[in-house]
Amino acid sequence: MTRHYSALSLLKEGLNDQRGWQKAWRSPEPAGRYDLIIIGGGGQGLATAYYLAKNHGITNVAVIERGWLGGGNTGRNTTVVRSNYFFPESVALYDMSLKLYEKLSLELNYNVMLSQRGMVNLAHSPNDLEMAARAVNAMQINGVDASLLSEAETRDLMPLYNDSPTARWPIYGSVLQKRAGTARHDAVAWAYARAADRLGVDIIQNCDVTEFIVENGRCRGVRTSRGDIRAERVGMAVAGHSSALAAKAGFRLPIVSYALQACVSEPIKPALDCIVLSPSTGVYASQSDKGEMVIGGGLDRIPSYGQRGNLPVLEHIISGLLEMFPSFRQLRLMRQWAGIVDVVPDSSPILGESPVPGLYLNCGWGTGGFKAIPAGGTLLAHLLATGTHHEVSRPFDLDRFARGRLIDEAAGSGIAH
Amino acid sequence: MQLFPCPFCGPRSESEFHFGGDFGNLRPEGSDVSASEWSAYLHLRANPKGSSSEVWMHMTCGELFRMDRNTVDNTVNSSAELEDTHR
Amino acid sequence: MTSFRIGRQGEPAPAKTIRFSFDGKDVTGLEGDTIASALLANDIAIVGRSFKYHRPRGVWGAGVEEPNAIVDIDMPSAVRNARATTTPALDGMVVRSVNAHPTAATDRHAFLDRFARFIPSAFYYKTFMWPDWHWFEPNIRKMAGLGILDPTAISVERADQVNEECDLLVIGGGPAGLFAARTASEKGKKVIICDDGFHFGGSLLHRQANIDGGDGPAWIAATLNVLRDRGVQLLARTTAFGLYDHGLVALNEIRPGKASSRLWRVRPTNVLLATGAIERPLPFANNDLPGVMSAEAGLSYLRRHGIAVGRRVVLATNNGVGVETSRELADAGIEVTLVDYRSGRRLMVAEGSKRVAGVKLSDGTRVAADAVLVSGGFTPTLHLFGQAKGKLRWDDDLLTFVAGDPVPRLSAGGAAAGSFGLTGVFESTARALASFGLTPRAMPKIVGRDTDYGIVAAWPEPNMSGRVWIDLQHDVTTKDIELAARENFVSVEHLKRYTTLGMATDQGKTSNLNGLALMAQLTEKAIPEVGTTTYRPPFTPVPFTSLAGVTSGSLMNPPRRLVLENEHFAAGANLREYGGWLRPAWYGAEPEATAINREVRQARDSVALFDASPLGKIEVLGPQAAEFMDFVYYNTMSTLKAGRCRYGFMLSESGIVYDDGVLVRLEENRFIVSCSSSHVPGVYALLEEWRQDRFDRKRLFIHNTTADTATLTVSGPKSRALLEAVGLGIDLGDKNLPHMATAWGSFGDDTVRISRVSFTGDRSYEISIRADRAKHLWKTLRRRGEAFNATLLGLEALMVLRAEKGFIVIGKDSDGMTRPMDLGASAPLAKKTAEFIGKRSLFTEEAQRPDRNQLVGLEVVDGTQPFAIGSHGVESTPAGKRSLGYVTSSYFSATLNRPIALGLIERGAARHGEEIDVQHLGQIRRARLVPPCVFDPSGDRLNG
Repeated sequence: MTRHYSALSLLKEGLNDQRGWQKAWRSPEPAGRYDLIIIGGGGQGLATAYYLAKNHGITNVAVIERGWLGGGNTGRNTTVVRSNYFFPESVALYDMSLKLYEKLSLELNYNVMLSQRGMVNLAHSPNDLEMAARAVNAMQINGVDASLLSEAETRDLMPLYNDSPTARWPIYGSVLQKRAGTARHDAVAWAYARAADRLGVDIIQNCDVTEFIVENGRCRGVRTSRGDIRAERVGMAVAGHSSALAAKAGFRLPIVSYALQACVSEPIKPALDCIVLSPSTGVYASQSDKGEMVIGGGLDRIPSYGQRGNLPVLEHIISGLLEMFPSFRQLRLMRQWAGIVDVVPDSSPILGESPVPGLYLNCGWGTGGFKAIPAGGTLLAHLLATGTHHEVSRPFDLDRFARGRLIDEAAGSGIAH
Repeated sequence: MQLFPCPFCGPRSESEFHFGGDFGNLRPEGSDVSASEWSAYLHLRANPKGSSSEVWMHMTCGELFRMDRNTVDNTVNSSAELEDTHR
Repeated sequence: MTSFRIGRQGEPAPAKTIRFSFDGKDVTGLEGDTIASALLANDIAIVGRSFKYHRPRGVWGAGVEEPNAIVDIDMPSAVRNARATTTPALDGMVVRSVNAHPTAATDRHAFLDRFARFIPSAFYYKTFMWPDWHWFEPNIRKMAGLGILDPTAISVERADQVNEECDLLVIGGGPAGLFAARTASEKGKKVIICDDGFHFGGSLLHRQANIDGGDGPAWIAATLNVLRDRGVQLLARTTAFGLYDHGLVALNEIRPGKASSRLWRVRPTNVLLATGAIERPLPFANNDLPGVMSAEAGLSYLRRHGIAVGRRVVLATNNGVGVETSRELADAGIEVTLVDYRSGRRLMVAEGSKRVAGVKLSDGTRVAADAVLVSGGFTPTLHLFGQAKGKLRWDDDLLTFVAGDPVPRLSAGGAAAGSFGLTGVFESTARALASFGLTPRAMPKIVGRDTDYGIVAAWPEPNMSGRVWIDLQHDVTTKDIELAARENFVSVEHLKRYTTLGMATDQGKTSNLNGLALMAQLTEKAIPEVGTTTYRPPFTPVPFTSLAGVTSGSLMNPPRRLVLENEHFAAGANLREYGGWLRPAWYGAEPEATAINREVRQARDSVALFDASPLGKIEVLGPQAAEFMDFVYYNTMSTLKAGRCRYGFMLSESGIVYDDGVLVRLEENRFIVSCSSSHVPGVYALLEEWRQDRFDRKRLFIHNTTADTATLTVSGPKSRALLEAVGLGIDLGDKNLPHMATAWGSFGDDTVRISRVSFTGDRSYEISIRADRAKHLWKTLRRRGEAFNATLLGLEALMVLRAEKGFIVIGKDSDGMTRPMDLGASAPLAKKTAEFIGKRSLFTEEAQRPDRNQLVGLEVVDGTQPFAIGSHGVESTPAGKRSLGYVTSSYFSATLNRPIALGLIERGAARHGEEIDVQHLGQIRRARLVPPCVFDPSGDRLNG
């Protein structure tokens, strides 16, 4: 059987009619007990399992997924990875993630197609440009690559941007993070799943957690549609559904679930190289390697668990895009979808022990969980393995709300999430 | 596009409304409100998957009201003027 | 394949000839042709190249399901990735194949197909890792994509958007849809019927029928006449592409001769899906060769366009409808060899190189053919049912998914309900209508019996020999699906994402079920156990322009306009957008900096006129007003005397400064909240929210007068003299109207409100007047002002004047973390006993932290250049650099002839006199921390 992925193995399997490839992961039956359980087989949960095995040598681990792995927000986002954040706490988290992403394909022997084509946050007014300068300086001080581009430099990166004198959103300049880019979202989940499976982790799909097993006030496992599974510690990484699961454990979270929609155009030959975000419309776009324009915008403003987008927000996003790129009027919408995101008052994640001892949280990523998968996995693995915070995750503990020490990026930098 | 029933104006487009939070999330008052009590009021949300009782504002008429709806299939079950007791 | 035009039976007169170009070749067609039918009439077999292997591909279908015939249109207007099967051919059109260079017939990337065995589904996840994906990606990006965007083709035509309601929306205008519309309209219902074809009639346009004593076209014409008479809205060329929450259905209508289409947002009480069914391909080796087509499409081209798809046709089918199709083709004089799977004979291989030349059958016989028509059965079109969260049910007789449990207000009839014969079509439609309480007066009378559908399974199977194509556009073969199964990508979503099955522009309309069926066999499951993928909008691609409508340019987030805008223009104002308002930034043709400095100096020396109309003016009235103001403001407001003003902060419940401004107490029970111009809607909502939440709605009222009232500010040492010259009907002396007092005056016949409030630090008067009377006042101020060397003051100069005084702009000199104490306002926190918004949040550990960022002035120590706004204060620590906060406002002060700045700096208020490093884009400068107010700190000029 062929295990290792390479050009050579593709050549070999090409001559073998592709018949020798090993399963990417097993489909094991759940055991009754593991050292650790992770609820949620998305990118965050699978990365947690991988780093538990790799960084902490803990392999007697189960990842429990209600549906199919990678089927939540990992498979529903716009694939952007970046670390252009304002606060040192955020930079520590997201740049840790980006650095792990930069090595991920080789580390996991799976091409996740990290494509660092740069992300441009536009400034549409003199005031925007002042906020852009504030953001660039913050990033440079915090050790992240960032540059403040002039109008001409910005236009060089996106020649198709509206240059009409009556453009509603003119360019005054922009913030560029060159290391930002995209990664193939499904591949990230599959790469971690395959790597974790190889290290002995059981990934159990189609397994619904119905309740928590709590003994003497401590979480000792979960009841599932496929039987009880017990463990010393339980982690949950179920973006969008964190509150619903927390309710089963008897606590509330500072989270409201909203639908975030995205859409793609039909594929065309290359027309946009970087990722571009307009702060005025919240619209951002990039072109996938397949040629589709991948477009996102703001939240649907109605709390929802329904994974579907509505029409008014779609219309708003598309009209914003066409105002930015008039020649995109030639394109058509091919597919529209939505994911359910955890929206937290300060739009920063929650990492740490829950009010129920033994149950650990990885949630609250808002619209930005995908880019944080390697870091979120590393940090939840650290929490589960040691019971204590990694220094990077400490500021993101649930206790920050009562202390009032929120990490509100929007408040500081004006960069939309 | 969802249609929300404003108790004062009748069914109107979702884009005219603003979500105001959980129904029944009462403001703790007095000088001895603990940090966690206050934080719970400010931040913790029921965020139920399914039936939800919420306060909304119809921005065009400026009235707050209670709306009970389902957060999974987005059906609206009822809407009503806020009772004096909620004030 | 040798396709050609034979003309239509009974055609009254030949249609007009049209000419257009395809891949540079001249093509002749007839009016009424689609691009695809015209290409077939010209025997153009290769119309495109597949996405990955660049295989030659021909027209497959005649409708929306088309996976192959995708083209770019350059003339008359630019359209990318158009489906040739649904796009009308127009005279003079310029059409190109996509993903092929130079032409579809001679594509230079055709060689890729020879390496197909090495690049199966998902191969890219297994390679290109070393040294780095970035080495390979640029070339792969160039290879991907279909159409080519034309950067210069920017259509300016804006799409219509129409909102409509109806009792019944009928989607699909074939026999089922027309019958449904007729039935509903005879009950007086308001009906809309749409069809994505150019003409209503659906299958009756190409299948023989005898209904109510006439043929299909006659019945269509008669029915349409009835519908028109009854006022039914008939929308041809209109696709219902999305069904959204609360029953909203979105339609896209293509309008002939228009560059843009029209979006319909329809709210029907009930929806009837008469959307028909889509024919599936049959799996056999080389089933992607040009010349292999849907049988239904072959018949459609014959009857609708008079085109024979070949001279010697093989028709392979696993169902009775396909057999019927072969009979109809034979009736038209086409030589047809029927391969009926139900009699055990199957098609194994299509032969030929660039177009089909013949087939090999399971019994070993070979048949020469120039076209192969296939019918692998029909899949009801239930995308909208799926979008409505309807669950599909597997039907063992029909071998397809049909609508399962009913969805309220939505029913399917006709082929969409699995009825593939005309009698069944009308019966199932009647049943669907019955669910809406509608009964037809009479059922259509059909002569003849429905063909027995009698489908037998002909799914793709594991280990088929040769290359058997499932997804034609994305080049997914049975081997790719087997590979996915082997690697455990067995859930339907994994299958789709791993192989890209069904993710092409056709969204798998012909491929999904075949792919599922193969996966079911590979995993030893029944097909329904494998499941279906989620149906997501849109059903077919929708032009971006339809969704955008007219929302572009100034119609997008329209900036608010000043009532005096024309006056400002006439005075040479340079307008800029501030907080959603278009306002004068500075006046005159001088360079920006020169103009600002001049305005600043004149304002300090003589008098300045400023249009402050966007300033919020929200009236709060009633016996609870004072108590309410105490609750809403951080500062105590109930102690304010009538006729006086007080500056204060409004906080959010999190204790963050949300807005600042002056509160005017006009009378005991009447206040005016002057909030920041950009915050008016937010403050209004906040006031309403708290009013309704904890006050008596009968004793407290809020009224937003911002738009009704213009506010003109007169500021400067000569402001009083100017106003006395203008005459406002009251004594403007400091005794009668001291700083922070308000009074009623008059200007002509109009009452004006005059407030001594200053944002410049100089004596200032804010005059509020009915917006429609402001022009006269403004003109009078200007005319009289000449004698006082008055200047018009733009917002940029105002920003300098207020910064000299250390006056803040919320959102600029504060951020989303700023508490009032950070701005130097600690007294209310210590003294105020009444409850107020955000109070408890000011006592958290975070709010009381000593090292918070606080408002401070920054003096430039090195040189004469102002700091860049957005510079950070920095400190070096062993762990690296650390931000100490940032410069929020920074200007050259013409008053002081030196740069000035404000910032939010860590412990800033306690560090006056200290120097810090300030960093901007890597450059370090030095700043001395000073009090925010650097001009007239004693405030003497307020009364100067």
